[in-house]
Amino acid sequence: MSGLSGTRRLGAAGPVMETRWLIAVGTMVVMVGVVTLALWSGGFHVGRAAAALWNGAFGSPYAVLSATMVRATPLLFVGLAVGVAFRAGVLNIGAEGQLLAGAAAAVAVGLSVDGLPRLVALPLVLAAGTCAGAAWAGVAGWLKLRFGVLEVISTLMMNFVAMYLVSWLVRGPLQEPTGIYPQTVELGAAVRLPALVVGHRVHLGLVLAVGLAVAAWWVLTRTAAGFRVRAVGAGPTAARSAGRIDPARTTTMVFAVSGALAGLGGASEATGVTYALYEGLSPGYGYSAIAVALLARLHPLAIVGTAVLFGALEAGAAAMQRDAMVPSVLAAVIEALVVLGVLAFDRARTRGAGR
Amino acid sequence: MEFRGHPHGVVTEHALLLQGIDKRFGDVQALSGASLAVRRGTLHAVLGENGAGKTTLMRIAFGLLRADAGTVFIDGTRVALASSRDAMARGLGMVHQHFTLVPAMSVVENVALGGRGMLHLSQVTARVQELAERTGLAVDPLARVDTLGVGAQQRVEIVKALYGEARVLIMDEPTAVLTPREAEDLFAWLRRYVADGGTVVLVTHKLQEALAIADDITVLRRGACVCAAPASSLDLSALVQAMTGDAPHAEQALRTPRDAGQPPACVAQLSEVGVRDARGVWRLRDVTLACAAGEIVGIAGVEGSGVHELLRVLAGRLVPSTGRVSLPDVVGFVPEDRLHDALIGEFTLTENVALRGAGARRGRVPWPALAQQTAGVLARHDVRAPSAAVAAGTLSGGNQQKFVVGRELDDRPPLIVAENPVRGLDIRATEHVVRELVAAAAAGSAVALYSADVDELLPVVDRMVVAFGGRVRAVPVDRAAVARALVGAE
Repeated sequence: MSGLSGTRRLGAAGPVMETRWLIAVGTMVVMVGVVTLALWSGGFHVGRAAAALWNGAFGSPYAVLSATMVRATPLLFVGLAVGVAFRAGVLNIGAEGQLLAGAAAAVAVGLSVDGLPRLVALPLVLAAGTCAGAAWAGVAGWLKLRFGVLEVISTLMMNFVAMYLVSWLVRGPLQEPTGIYPQTVELGAAVRLPALVVGHRVHLGLVLAVGLAVAAWWVLTRTAAGFRVRAVGAGPTAARSAGRIDPARTTTMVFAVSGALAGLGGASEATGVTYALYEGLSPGYGYSAIAVALLARLHPLAIVGTAVLFGALEAGAAAMQRDAMVPSVLAAVIEALVVLGVLAFDRARTRGAGR
Repeated sequence: MEFRGHPHGVVTEHALLLQGIDKRFGDVQALSGASLAVRRGTLHAVLGENGAGKTTLMRIAFGLLRADAGTVFIDGTRVALASSRDAMARGLGMVHQHFTLVPAMSVVENVALGGRGMLHLSQVTARVQELAERTGLAVDPLARVDTLGVGAQQRVEIVKALYGEARVLIMDEPTAVLTPREAEDLFAWLRRYVADGGTVVLVTHKLQEALAIADDITVLRRGACVCAAPASSLDLSALVQAMTGDAPHAEQALRTPRDAGQPPACVAQLSEVGVRDARGVWRLRDVTLACAAGEIVGIAGVEGSGVHELLRVLAGRLVPSTGRVSLPDVVGFVPEDRLHDALIGEFTLTENVALRGAGARRGRVPWPALAQQTAGVLARHDVRAPSAAVAAGTLSGGNQQKFVVGRELDDRPPLIVAENPVRGLDIRATEHVVRELVAAAAAGSAVALYSADVDELLPVVDRMVVAFGGRVRAVPVDRAAVARALVGAE
């Protein structure tokens, strides 16, 4: 009768599930405490810093709709990419490279489909980014299955390849015609994602990303393919022996889907925010994605929440630097602490349960 | 702590002496009052069936386990070994059945692994070379271990043990992984080593090996020493008798014999099947086996005999290297290691039921139907669980096993392969599982049942096959016959 839990929740049963969320919340509380202590001991005015952070993230319609949500959108795409991969035990930490590959492909296609109607051109551009991201991750997947190369290493290395590929593109084949600036020309209006609220920067990509989060949750909980992903992640030998699942096939699919999500995130960023390709297009969204996914305990719907949280953090950090003189790298410190905290608490929990 | 110079006149001729050793693991009394007296300069064979306590006794002698009671003497000195390092310091060396080498390292690096302080590889190389020459062990000190064959890897293990100045060498089932030729070479070397004053304890289940090369033989049965004598005073039948005891032949059969009407349909068929493992060793050779609807085929075999691979080929979980296999689409498989191979501990019971057949499922997962099916499995197979929504890892071992058996039997598959299905279960749970398997056969399934304990098999099976050295042959359903086949005696 209560056997439906598998449909409502991801992963484990009641009590276990609760501790998982307890860890997430507990980690955040501890991190806020640590950061407060650090600010205070550094001689900063904690109250003013917190106020600046809040105002920068949520203090005005502009803060929410042109800063926080704009930042949350790519974080949601790549957070889902990392989350889905980690659920299958695929440690894809190359979302950054896949995002850049997606952005590059989207801009390249976007520049060449100028003149087509928006309803044709835009899907084409987004599809190009999706495919490029999938292919970029696919290289790591192929290396793993063919040669046993650990994806932690290959995906990380591919990030640098993608970074330098973008550098080359914006100084070579895709550089704007005057040849002065290392960037492409701007995309035409037909291949730009429309804004959601007139006068604000938040764009259609957010809706797309939230839709994908719901879709990812539905696929993981309700479909046979999603179940295979979870089974391979939670118990690869049992999945093979009892479930007669082919782990190689599932892993390949997960690499592709994960890369596709990140690549689409890159395409969304290029067509919704930057309208061009240049080197600093991503301030490390692909790395923040790991914190986003881990804090959400790899749950696709919770990733929506953590993506907004980290989007707010990054938007607020900029304001905090401006108004309270607190260095904005604090946001990166908090992200790193979150990753460490979640991993440490998790380890403590499994140890406690094991003995 | 140790008691040096304990006045024990009689023990000094013994390189290794264990007396009155007790060891209990949970509910299982592995050893009760076991003893072993190994004379210096002899090759001493320790015989016994699976679970007789051979390996436990050796692990105690080598300091890997602590005995609950009893004393250990090395060279006449009473010792309390805290670790294997202690044992090595006192001149003991052990070569385990499963090698403990690092494949990507050279022989010398492997030998140097246990050392402390500064590492001078050239000194180690020189010593290994000297050791190899002096003892006649053919080993290339600079070869990478993963380029070596199994026999050579075993020689590296021996070099490792001797490098620590071992005077007593404990070898745990050394021939299980060797070809007959390699085994001959090893025995020749062991005899030379003993002739030069070394002492060897050879743990084996192969009677003929023991009779052929040992000076003394000790037989363990159910954790106690039942025979200790010079090999020259023993023969094959005496050893079989000692190992198996007086088997109670009057066991009542749990099953009514099947009526000899028309021959039942063949459900599974293996023809000339061979399995070669990743290292190129043939685990199974030329195996032909058929399972018919409604029969229970008992399968026996010790570790390394190929029985592990045989069960997986039968269950469709392992594709053989050679030969033909014909199996039904659905095979119920109850593997030995349930938490590794059968269940996902953090998944709910319903999800674990969904796991079965997950590889072939398309579209959506029918969760409501699966939840209902899970509730049915829990009720029909006596699984004590609060609900179908608890994580499988939270159940007790016995209930996990009943759950796995229930899941695999619930849809009445035409073939069921069960590997040690009652291991670790209490009597009630054991009875329950056995009854389920018997009922499945009665309902028309073919059942292939493996157990490490032959006494569990005999009352329920229709016929027996025994794996030995990668080959499988049919034997009568008879304790003595099976016991002989298990150790390769005709």
